Amino acid sequence: MENTYENIPKEKFEFADSRDMSHDKKLETKAVGYFQDAFRRFCKNKGSIVGAVIIILLVLYAVIAPFCTPYAVSYNDTYYRYTLPKNELFANTTFWDGCEPRTLNKQTFDYYYYMGEETGHNAVKNQEYTVDNEMYTFRLDSYHSMGCVYLRINEEAYKSIQQYQDETGIQVIYPTIPLTSRPSSSAARNDANYYYRTRVRNGGTEIVYDKNGDIIPVYSTRLATEEATDGYTSRVRIEGEDGFLEDGEVTYYNYARRTDTGYEVRVNYYEYYIYNHTYVLQDGITKPSFLFGTTELGQDIFTCLASGARFSFIFAIIVAAVNLVVGAIYGSIEGYYGGKVDIVMERVADILAAVPSVIVITLLKLHMQGSSTILILFLAFFLTGWIGMAHTTRMQFYRYKNQEYVLAARTLGAKDRRIIWKHIFPNALGTLVTSCALIIPSMIYSEVNLSYLGIISLSSGDLTSVGTLLANGQPFLTSYPHIIAFPSVFLALLLLSFNLFGNGLRDAFNPSLRGSED
Amino acid sequence: MYMFKYILKRIGLMIFTFCVIMFMCFVLIKLLPIPISSGLGTDRELIEANLRARGYYDPIMVQLFSYLKRIFTEGDFGIGVNMPGYVNQPVWDAFVSRLPPTVLINVYSTIIGVPIGLGLGIFAALKKNKWQDQVISTLVMLLIAVPSIVYAFLIQYVFCFKLQLFPLMMETGTDYFSPEMFVSMLPAVFSLCLGSIAGYARFTRAELTEVLTSEFMLLARTKGLTRGQATLRHALRNAMVPIFPAILSEFVAVLSGSMIIENIFSIPGVGRLYLTSITVVDYDFFLLLSGFYTLVGLLAGIIVDISYGFIDPRIRMGAR
Repeated sequence: MENTYENIPKEKFEFADSRDMSHDKKLETKAVGYFQDAFRRFCKNKGSIVGAVIIILLVLYAVIAPFCTPYAVSYNDTYYRYTLPKNELFANTTFWDGCEPRTLNKQTFDYYYYMGEETGHNAVKNQEYTVDNEMYTFRLDSYHSMGCVYLRINEEAYKSIQQYQDETGIQVIYPTIPLTSRPSSSAARNDANYYYRTRVRNGGTEIVYDKNGDIIPVYSTRLATEEATDGYTSRVRIEGEDGFLEDGEVTYYNYARRTDTGYEVRVNYYEYYIYNHTYVLQDGITKPSFLFGTTELGQDIFTCLASGARFSFIFAIIVAAVNLVVGAIYGSIEGYYGGKVDIVMERVADILAAVPSVIVITLLKLHMQGSSTILILFLAFFLTGWIGMAHTTRMQFYRYKNQEYVLAARTLGAKDRRIIWKHIFPNALGTLVTSCALIIPSMIYSEVNLSYLGIISLSSGDLTSVGTLLANGQPFLTSYPHIIAFPSVFLALLLLSFNLFGNGLRDAFNPSLRGSED
Repeated sequence: MYMFKYILKRIGLMIFTFCVIMFMCFVLIKLLPIPISSGLGTDRELIEANLRARGYYDPIMVQLFSYLKRIFTEGDFGIGVNMPGYVNQPVWDAFVSRLPPTVLINVYSTIIGVPIGLGLGIFAALKKNKWQDQVISTLVMLLIAVPSIVYAFLIQYVFCFKLQLFPLMMETGTDYFSPEMFVSMLPAVFSLCLGSIAGYARFTRAELTEVLTSEFMLLARTKGLTRGQATLRHALRNAMVPIFPAILSEFVAVLSGSMIIENIFSIPGVGRLYLTSITVVDYDFFLLLSGFYTLVGLLAGIIVDISYGFIDPRIRMGAR
């Protein structure tokens, strides 16, 4: 072969693009953006995923729970105070059943025991107990432990209860006790559970037993032939009740005592509660059952906690958003212009940051006595909160403002505003998002602290907060720990998960850590 | 010399910040009318006459000068108006009488917290990524994330109520060094130091692991030092550079204490005094204690910065 050309002939040339040129090939992998990358690395961190899931669950609880329960924050019931948590699914176990173990002497035990004997609503759970050394151990059902109560109602309400009893066949009103047979000590006088003979001993009320060791009922009765005199009436009672035989004569119970304004009746409160809510108020409550128990005011903790949490979440997100915007603008200006502007603005921020937040909130409270607590709280968190954001932004600006690409942008004639927002600020966004995620739990925590210390009060009408629940429940820490337990667990879980989440977020947004975890 | 200048500058700035804050506080407080509660046993006329004599109804600037004058010439910070138990009495005396419990509890908590925290941190760093480290890190994360209010409740419920190891509340009286008093302070001390233990452990672990992987550690080992010697003489010393200032600032911050803990365990300390001054609205108390808290916060911050320079020669040189 002889290849001695003077000039390479034309036909020997080929167009380059028709050949397989690997170095000009487009990348087959997809380009991963900053946020995509952060998200991918965030997902690798198991702890932060757990945190995120818990946060989502807590948020769902806060958002959905208030719609799922018939109770409102403003709901309360004086007889169902300090009620223990009860889940209907666990009703037959010894856990989460609204009962607490008690060990009492015979007198106090019988007080609870005979409540169940009369009405079938057992204050002693299933009427089961063990005796040891004259002490009775049993589970006291907090949903029935109030037993019967005396209620003063008008004639209309009395008839309404009667109608309810006729329709459902459930007994609400129980025979009343004549005034003369009620316990004579003033403490027990209005206690409707003493339907048997009692006497005063050592200043306390004691049950009198008969020969067989049973109680001696002292119901108010009258003969069927008599008309209701002496203020007692049996005209309204369970339909079809024909009285009972006493000394060979048909006798009726008296179910109410006439008072000046109406009737005083002795009702089983559990049944009365159901009657009142399903028949009279019709507010969706079918029977007393409190998943997390009730507070010292008789509020449903499940509802209050959810509403408090919802308020905290919404409030924290709004404050964080406002702080983010103000802090970002302030920090950008500081960081970008530097020099004298920076010095003056840093001084202002430093001074504001050095003021303890308690002082800010107290001064605001004193000066804005007429306005709502929420506004005061918002201002206080805003005044001290944006400084952190401004600081973060400033640091990022100092880091990036002298880099070559910024210089290039400026050479090409970009204005300050464009350089700040288009070129430098996006770099700070990751850290800002992280501090936003971390500021939310810290805000919830401060709100809890401030409410707990009583500096602010967020409980009014349909508004409550986790801190208020904690503050109100603390005096009952030893006697009714459940009041404080659920808000505490909620708070701990929330802060823990936000911590995990925030840490994961921080690592994910830090590009210098890329690859180091694997 | 540079160091000296730097310190002077920092202190100057601190005083400036403090004065601005207090001036704002003073003006904002004096703009408000003075509330005098007409409860039982309070002599309204007497209090009002007293306040008038002190010039509390004068223009604000005049008041500011007389307030400062009284502070610097007589050490007089004003009198209590609504504070139960301290009506018509100097606020400074009340403040001083409330200091010991707060300081004691915080000193105890620092004494317990610092060694345990440092120890745990060092141990975790040496056992990095082994199960011991995992356990410590998990515990530390739990303690840092869970707010002190929650574990204070837990401690109070479990140790004071269920196990009956400690009284529920702090003993009353002023005999702060008696054994009973010490025992009754312990639940509060524990609640306080748990947080700082966790903080120190995390901080120490982070610093020490960083130092342990640096090259001079390798050099120390090649020179023939045992692992213990190298850790103790080289790694720990370097790791202490950022830790020591934190401990120092904690010692300043002990003065301020924690209002939450004082409230839960009914400790008659400064925090509770401050809280009461806010709830009953007593301005002289509020001003004095606000100043106190601001000052403690500023001092704690400045001490970190200055002690860095003293401990680490590199930073001292860099001040140029």
